[in-house]
Amino acid sequence: MITPQIAVFLILAAVAVAGSLSLILQRHPIHSALSLVVVMISLALMYLLQGAEFIAAVQIIVYAGAIMVLFIFVIMLLNAGVEERTNLSRLAKFVGVPLGGVFLLEIAYWIGRATLRLGAGPQQTVSTRELSTLLFREYVFPFELTSFLILIALLGALVLARREE
Amino acid sequence: MNELAAQHPLLIVVLPKIVILLFLLLTALAYLTWFERKVVAHIQSRWGPFRVGPHGLLQPLADGVKFLFKEDVTPAGADKFVYFLAPFLALSLAITSIAVIPFGPKELTIFGQATPFGITNLNIGLLVLFAITSMGVYGVALAGWSSNSKYPLLGGLRSSAQMVSYELALTMSVVGAILMAGTFNLSELVLSQQGNYWWGLPKWNIIGWPMPQVFGFALFFVAAVAETNRAPFDLAEAESELVAGFHTEYASFKFAMFFMAEYAAMITVSCLATILFFGGWLSPFPETPAWAWTRFIPAAAFLLAGLALAAHGIRYLTIFGRIVLPVLGIVLVALGLLFTQPMAVVLVQGPFWFLLKVAVFLFIYVWVRGTLPRFRYDQLMNFGWKVLLPLSIANVVVTSLLIVWVQR
Repeated sequence: MITPQIAVFLILAAVAVAGSLSLILQRHPIHSALSLVVVMISLALMYLLQGAEFIAAVQIIVYAGAIMVLFIFVIMLLNAGVEERTNLSRLAKFVGVPLGGVFLLEIAYWIGRATLRLGAGPQQTVSTRELSTLLFREYVFPFELTSFLILIALLGALVLARREE
Repeated sequence: MNELAAQHPLLIVVLPKIVILLFLLLTALAYLTWFERKVVAHIQSRWGPFRVGPHGLLQPLADGVKFLFKEDVTPAGADKFVYFLAPFLALSLAITSIAVIPFGPKELTIFGQATPFGITNLNIGLLVLFAITSMGVYGVALAGWSSNSKYPLLGGLRSSAQMVSYELALTMSVVGAILMAGTFNLSELVLSQQGNYWWGLPKWNIIGWPMPQVFGFALFFVAAVAETNRAPFDLAEAESELVAGFHTEYASFKFAMFFMAEYAAMITVSCLATILFFGGWLSPFPETPAWAWTRFIPAAAFLLAGLALAAHGIRYLTIFGRIVLPVLGIVLVALGLLFTQPMAVVLVQGPFWFLLKVAVFLFIYVWVRGTLPRFRYDQLMNFGWKVLLPLSIANVVVTSLLIVWVQR
């Protein structure tokens, strides 16, 4: 029985998978980055389908709107060209593709096993208010700690980049 | 008809709304170019468009036809797919964002179906707007990169850095207004500003209690001008340095699409400023019986404008103008008379005040462009990161402290 929700999910999943395949198969970095944007947006729409409005919007604002823009900015700045094929990349075709397939099957197996026992989750829209209450009341300590971690990583990058002076 | 609408609400109610809004928006875009050229011309003691139609009123039409019939050149070595994608992305994103804007009071009834005054009313309306704005960088950046040319590339690089930087200040500057309203829903944001103080002025967020968002608004507007790549922040297309920046290699209708995207973004930002800080569709006057006469202001404005236009049109230079302008004036007078009818008086309140406020912001946009010289690139970055961002964070901190203090 295909409800509209499942139909939309299937379409989004197909788009996400196609986007990720294109991300790997494209030979130009900009095209790969654009494929990644497509994946991000279809993921955001899937969150929306699950009723997680805030997460969906933030996914687009942060990942598609900021991080991927920086990716593209760097690619443009470096003026990266089409990727080249070497002997090593031919090796990757014969060893990497089978290994990747095995890895995919493994993940599919474990996710399948884990979700078989789960019932359908409660289908409800989580309001932004509830989410923020959770984040800033119950989980405020891990939340702030994470932001400190990110800040430290940022400062570290800055120090590494400026060392020559 | 009511039954039909109940059966197919999407087809009978939503689709016509989309078509009408799209038509109005595209017309508004066309006439915004005329408005900008006229205002900038008068700032610089020129006449502006004057030849095509009375007061150049048919100039947008002539420009549109010209855009359609120009040769569409694709530069050699351009990345074809991305080159075609960029203008499409820019325009479609800019137009989509208008879908979440509420133009009037919360509910509207068409054929017995309650429907929002606007295309849709989302709980996360504001976040959707910011999501779309943040995606808008792609149009400019990809156009610059795919043209395979040095000036567009420089323009694209500049604008992606600029838009990412100013997006932070833009988002932080509205947090104060959101904190006072406690919602991301644009309709509820407007409704939270309802009412007037005992001393007369409306409770809009710009003079809201406990923290007037004057600074929030100033920061928001500066960041928004930068975010929409308009003068004095139009470094992406600085013609004195980069020919035309990111759209140098675009011609014909693809260029027109960038042009329209820029103006659509201006309209969206003006709508957002109205909703967040200036009470959206709310009238500035109290709703007490003593102020009931203010409900006839829209009708009076249309009547006066129509009469003035007709009186001016009769003495216009060309015969064509002597026919067209008075007819336009009579149409305005007829609309004004219509708006005095009891049904129309209620319906017209929201859109009239909303569009009036938006028009004021659009005028400020053009005024700023006609007045201020362009920033230098390092000044732009310093201003964004060292002035706008810290101030907007300070605004958030002070506002939240005051809100907690008042609630205590």
